[in-house]
Amino acid sequence: MSRIATRFAALKAEGRGALVTFVEGYDPDPKTSLAILRGLPGAGADVIEIGVPFTDPMADGPSIQRGGLRALKAGATLDGVLALVRDMRKDDNATPIVLMGYYNPILAYGVDSFCNDAASSGVDGLIIVDVPPEEADEIEPQAKANGLDLIRLIAPTTDDARLPRVLAATSGFVYYVAIAGITGTKSASGADLAAAIPRLRKVTDLPICIGFGIRTPEAAAEAARIGDGAVVGTALVDTLAASLDEQGRAKPDTVRKVLDQVRGLAEAIRAKKAA
Amino acid sequence: MTVLNKPLPNSLRQGPDARGRFGIFGGRFVAETLMPLILEVEKAYEEAKNDAAFMAEWRRLLTHYVGRPSPLWFAERMTQHLGGAKVYFKREELNHTGAHKINAVLGQILLAKKMGKTRIIAETGAGQHGVATATACALFNLPCTVFMGATDVARQQPNVFRMKLLGAEVEAVTSGAATLKDAMNEALRHWVANVHDTYYCIGTVAGPHPYPAMVRDFQCVIGDETREQILAAEGRLPDALVCAVGGGSSAMGLFHPFLDDEGVAMYGVEAAGRGVDTEEHAASITRGRPGVLHGNRTYLLQDSHGQIIEAHSISAGLDYPGIGPEHSWLHEKGRVNYVTATDDEALEAFQLCSKLEGIIPALESAHGIAQIIKMAPTMPKDAIIVLNLSGRGDKDIFTVAHHLGVKL
Repeated sequence: MSRIATRFAALKAEGRGALVTFVEGYDPDPKTSLAILRGLPGAGADVIEIGVPFTDPMADGPSIQRGGLRALKAGATLDGVLALVRDMRKDDNATPIVLMGYYNPILAYGVDSFCNDAASSGVDGLIIVDVPPEEADEIEPQAKANGLDLIRLIAPTTDDARLPRVLAATSGFVYYVAIAGITGTKSASGADLAAAIPRLRKVTDLPICIGFGIRTPEAAAEAARIGDGAVVGTALVDTLAASLDEQGRAKPDTVRKVLDQVRGLAEAIRAKKAA
Repeated sequence: MTVLNKPLPNSLRQGPDARGRFGIFGGRFVAETLMPLILEVEKAYEEAKNDAAFMAEWRRLLTHYVGRPSPLWFAERMTQHLGGAKVYFKREELNHTGAHKINAVLGQILLAKKMGKTRIIAETGAGQHGVATATACALFNLPCTVFMGATDVARQQPNVFRMKLLGAEVEAVTSGAATLKDAMNEALRHWVANVHDTYYCIGTVAGPHPYPAMVRDFQCVIGDETREQILAAEGRLPDALVCAVGGGSSAMGLFHPFLDDEGVAMYGVEAAGRGVDTEEHAASITRGRPGVLHGNRTYLLQDSHGQIIEAHSISAGLDYPGIGPEHSWLHEKGRVNYVTATDDEALEAFQLCSKLEGIIPALESAHGIAQIIKMAPTMPKDAIIVLNLSGRGDKDIFTVAHHLGVKL
């Protein structure tokens, strides 16, 4: 079983949802980024998403755009992000790692060699925002051949007629985009989610993680209860950004501040289970 | 004889395929949130283009609101000055709003209305597409938001004011280099968050399918008219067509109706900025390579890691690191020659055209004229070149004055 399937099965047995965290690789520099990534499992992250910085992140709000630009300024490349994953895997071989980003850096790397190198570096899944199921043949065969899950976004605009097609092209877990919008802007209400998730349950057995607009421990706990996991990204990137000095450099407490926030989110999700 | 109704098997005019591709270029590389809407636009457009009433309404607007057909002008003094081929100008700059953009905007606004959308957004570089969209929205009483890079807002003040007069909101975009690419990113982000009531009126032959094909189809009015007009004037087709390319909508509109006419050579002129061997240009085909941005696969300016490189051109309308996917395909097919003109060459052409023909061209179009200046003298006197004079230069006088060291 893949790391992703193993992790969700274990959490199901435990009776709680997953905390999925997102930070941009190399934000604000490779050393700090690696320290954060290494600390995430201990702070309570169940699944780790690493953003691959891109100059033109079409689906991201201002916070993650700025995080990506900081990372690019620090020299981020797809190659460099894979190196982060390899370093992380030295002390954690259980936590699923998902790369999230856009297609052009993968194209520039070469789709075949990227899928090969990602898998051998310890990546478990890919979320490629601008490759919808209609363009799946661009990368699906190579991803499958290397045992990489292709995690797809399902949006409030994805109608019932379209759902089967999207789900058929999805493996690992389903990423439900809670709002029609970009990352870190609006938030969905619990009522919206309570209506949306059963619609998906009817047509898929895959775990469903909910993301976009989840900022607080309460919202994360609610989403992890309604779905099988909550994705928190912008709130962590904001905390990281707020901890930097005027030149955008990490300060001694940058890593701790991000990990403390992750601990708060993880505790809320675990408490919801107990309650 | 059913065979007569079959398209030519080796026609270059049949693209895109069902996936929205021209060869390997084009496609629909958008986030899932947009995908259902893109499919809806495609379906609505397929219906509209076969709807006689829809097309009749668009034609009515072109005739009575835009002032089409635009004239085909024999540029006699320019021809004499260059001493070679006869130069004709297809005068898109005489259209209402001063450029070719209005042709496709009116088609798209009619489509948006047909789809029941109640708000319009657009991106703009030089402001011509923004002005055209704001104009159509005023006419159809639709709220309009135009995304424009902050750099372009600063260098295209007259057009910003025009858009506001027409009732549009202008959103100055500060991300990236704050030019056309960033305006398009922001428009796409806004669209993702407002899909339920908003139509995105794209200004060029780029973006996800069906936009490259749809904008081209509407702009083909340029080439269709040119064919009729040159046949009437000269009794034959031209030897060469020339047009500046940024995203490439004016060029696609002129070229497409002639693609299967082997004797007609075509030149798309990319902006070379300070030179294609510097880092400041916008020559996507000349110096870029294929990649995926803004919903389509096409030639892009990018580094070896697939990060997009900022473009540079004196002309805001050409300041874009990509190009429409059909151009990428026509380049690889070898059907269209993609050449370049620098900022300085465009400035020279701008002044020459103003003095010789009494026509102040847009800086975009001046790139095309720069190519005419290079090639006309090398051609025989009975050769014919048609240049798409896609826009007028009133909006550019401040930029040009600045570069010539004149204080206004």
